[in-house]
Amino acid sequence: MKMKLQEHILVPEHKIVPEKEIENILKTLGIKKHQLPKIRKSDPIIQEIGAKPGDVIKITRDSLTARKAVVYRVVVE
Amino acid sequence: MDEKWLDKQLANYPMPDRVKEEIKAELMKYDITKKKAREIIERCYSDYLRNLMEPGEAAGIVAAQSIGEPGTQMTMRTFHYAGVAEINVTLGLPRLIEILDVRKTPSTPIMTIKLEGEYAKDRKLAREVASRIEATYVSDIGDISVDIYKLQIILIPDERAMKRKQISREDLIKKLEKSLKVEVEDEGDRLVINIKEPSYRKLLQTVEKMKSQVIKGIKEIKRVIIRKEGDEYVLYTEGSNLKKVMRIKGVDYRRTVTNNILEIAEVLGIEAARNAIIKEALDTLEEQGLNVDVRHIMLVADMMTSDGQVKQVGRHGVAGEKISVLSRAAFEVTVNHLLEAAVRGEVDNLAGVTENVIVGQAIKLGTGDVELVSRIGVKSHGDGS
Repeated sequence: MKMKLQEHILVPEHKIVPEKEIENILKTLGIKKHQLPKIRKSDPIIQEIGAKPGDVIKITRDSLTARKAVVYRVVVE
Repeated sequence: MDEKWLDKQLANYPMPDRVKEEIKAELMKYDITKKKAREIIERCYSDYLRNLMEPGEAAGIVAAQSIGEPGTQMTMRTFHYAGVAEINVTLGLPRLIEILDVRKTPSTPIMTIKLEGEYAKDRKLAREVASRIEATYVSDIGDISVDIYKLQIILIPDERAMKRKQISREDLIKKLEKSLKVEVEDEGDRLVINIKEPSYRKLLQTVEKMKSQVIKGIKEIKRVIIRKEGDEYVLYTEGSNLKKVMRIKGVDYRRTVTNNILEIAEVLGIEAARNAIIKEALDTLEEQGLNVDVRHIMLVADMMTSDGQVKQVGRHGVAGEKISVLSRAAFEVTVNHLLEAAVRGEVDNLAGVTENVIVGQAIKLGTGDVELVSRIGVKSHGDGS
């Protein structure tokens, strides 16, 4: 049986942001890519979705205050 | 009120889902015109904007105060049972410190294991899973004695204990031969282990090794307790090894958690660790009857996980990575920080709060945030502005 870690109750949804959307997101946030929170390449979820360093990951958290909250992390070595 | 129309209207506003849901639930109760509804939504939106935190607001200080003050009221005593009978759990201030310090292993590691399908419904099947998880030592399933004259170790297996733990005699022999690198002879009611070299020391060493040998289960899990919660059986463990437990047959890995945050970070990633920090800290505070808004804890958890690894809220983590030398020196080990900064020739730009308090300047918050520039020699406009 192969485990899908993303199905775990503690893990929110992780998605790779398409290259052409990155600029738009950074513009709305008013920051550069390296100012985003980081996520390691060795992170088990990053391994599972197969993201590379430099990719931006869209994380949809189940927030206790806003119900759904979208945050971004950039993959680093 | 037309639900579809309302959803469409609300979709235009950048408000959190929960606020929208509340507005919708409230509006659905009344029979009002679209014009009125639109006005209400608009008013709610402006109210929402007013309640947002302003950019540049010292959110961290507010969070620190909001967690710190209730923290003074927490109990200092360490042990107390929590929900699960018979298992001791560190609670109160010691536990909160443990979470924020990100200790390698918590003083009382505990796992909550949910079971899959049939296993969750049947007590016998649940016990089966428990026996796969709980560490079983040789001494749990038999008596060990040493024959010094013949240089032999004699193990008298307890058939009933073996049956309960679901270990067959062949398994036991195989496991012993493999782990101790010895030959085991089955003499019916007892197992005889012969030492290869005739050395008294070797014999005693083998006995010691045998006593601590795990025959079945996971080494870290010292005890498993089965409890019925609602209509399913749940396992609680003393000791934790998330990675191994998640792979055990019958365990629902999707709903199995531990209170060891570093272990979660390693197995499930940084986002799961963030969730775990929030949950553990909130549970600890709530158990003590303290109501701290989640937002403060969320801020702390965000800081702790922002660079992809869980870092502690201390001088080896969040506080130690501040840019300002003076700020770091004001926190802990003052001399070391100043000395190192001097050696490296660090510069402090006095951008933060602590630094400015130290040098006696207005901090860059509130009134201090505004800078006035007067242009000397430039005449004002005729309209008096």
